[in-house]
Amino acid sequence: MRPTVVSGPWPRLQRAWDIRAACNFIGGGTGTGLILLALAAALGGADWLPALLLGLLFVGFGLTMVLFEIGRPWRALNVFLHPQTSWMTREGVLALPLFGAGVAAAAAEWLGWHGAALAGLSVAAVSAAGFLYCQARILRAARGIPSWREPALTPYILVSGLTEGAGLLAVVHAGAPWASVVLLALLLVRAGVWHHYRETLARRGAPAATLEVLGRLTPRLLAVGHAAPAGLLVAALTLQWPPLAVAAGLVAAGCGWRAKLVLITRAAQTQGFAIPRTPIRGRGTSRTAAKPGWSSQ
Amino acid sequence: MTRYVMVADLRRCVGCQTCTAACKHANATPPGVMWRKVVDIEVGSYPDVQRVFVPTGCQHCDDPPCVSVCPSTASAKRADGFVTIDYDICIGCGYCMTACPYEARYKVDEAAWAYGDKAMRHEAMRFDERKVGVAQKCTFCVDTVDAGLAQGLTPGVDPDATPACVNSCISRAMTFGDLDDPDSNVSKLLRENRHFRMHEDAGTGPGFYYLWDREELPL
Repeated sequence: MRPTVVSGPWPRLQRAWDIRAACNFIGGGTGTGLILLALAAALGGADWLPALLLGLLFVGFGLTMVLFEIGRPWRALNVFLHPQTSWMTREGVLALPLFGAGVAAAAAEWLGWHGAALAGLSVAAVSAAGFLYCQARILRAARGIPSWREPALTPYILVSGLTEGAGLLAVVHAGAPWASVVLLALLLVRAGVWHHYRETLARRGAPAATLEVLGRLTPRLLAVGHAAPAGLLVAALTLQWPPLAVAAGLVAAGCGWRAKLVLITRAAQTQGFAIPRTPIRGRGTSRTAAKPGWSSQ
Repeated sequence: MTRYVMVADLRRCVGCQTCTAACKHANATPPGVMWRKVVDIEVGSYPDVQRVFVPTGCQHCDDPPCVSVCPSTASAKRADGFVTIDYDICIGCGYCMTACPYEARYKVDEAAWAYGDKAMRHEAMRFDERKVGVAQKCTFCVDTVDAGLAQGLTPGVDPDATPACVNSCISRAMTFGDLDDPDSNVSKLLRENRHFRMHEDAGTGPGFYYLWDREELPL
């Protein structure tokens, strides 16, 4: 018979990372998404410079917020010391070519050197893809937080970054049908990977508080963050009225930011404590696993 | 080779938190920071309820996730099993805190004392400004162990080479020693008793063993 847990130390909400760390995932995801889509826009012959500059701004904002989070900001350069295994170091390393090539691409475009600009943009986009992947792996390597270490979160972080970027791209390229189509497609994919993430997490077991927070978020995220902007995009394409696409882009990006904020600051309960056996004292018997505060005891 | 580990006998632990107090005294950890703590779990349904006291803290894992995620190499693993933090390198990013499945790591952003503005004598003596704004955790009293070894003492046997929590335990529930020495106190305990490690499925190889029953020896 499974034991009933009467009381015990439940998994608690992590306090190591707060809204400042969440801003890094928000800025980094949106910024890299924008830069990747800027390359796609460039290859398609569309204007890409505003998207690149906005993307760099977002990534820079995220990294600046991290600087405010760390306890010893004057030692920030030590972040580069462990590329062998640390995804945080790798993220930092990739930020260098991202900004270097990004700024160079913008300067070249401004000077009219289109070939060099495209080359710079390509390097920045590859770095941005790596940067975004590092962000996803940073969470996966956080083995003390079950909702972060879940491998199904990795595709969500990747797709959400692209979707947030596509949302702002729809704002930058207001009225361009291709931007609306890209956003619409990414919204569908993001809804799918979010659903997969939640289902997988629940199936494998997680702190009950985590599942409760995600359970409350999901209906709003899907309705407001996906169905509503998708509807707006369809209307924008049908009616050919750009403000609808702009609104859809802002809502799609904003809801992605909201989801990341919740993931980092509220749906981030720790592993907690567990014992697979209780001790036998005297003539007593041992009970099987006790895992306070988890969805599956 | 040497691999220092901790063994806690759950049948003996009475949850008195003397180890917690001893650790706080030995390391002068600030309020809210408990390198050694004893969690209290109750299982069962009335009237058949069992209460278990589980000493915990840094498990000094074989494959510590805190070390692999650390971007600055401040967290490191010694060959003899100790997981250490270099307070002079750590940037205080808190990543290791999220990577640890045992809630063993802490970070404080300013010096704080147990009783208001004035530090107690042991707090004043042991205050280390380097620990402010960076990660901190149980060290297995590595300084004591190293000093004891330098004097030719045996960790886990001689109190001057043994972690404070082990020395203080009133029921001898906690034992420290070398797992790679088949004749050590911990090796003997693990041979003679059934045991587990917490969150074994996390794959970190914790260096903290819990005894829960006698081993059924062949007749």
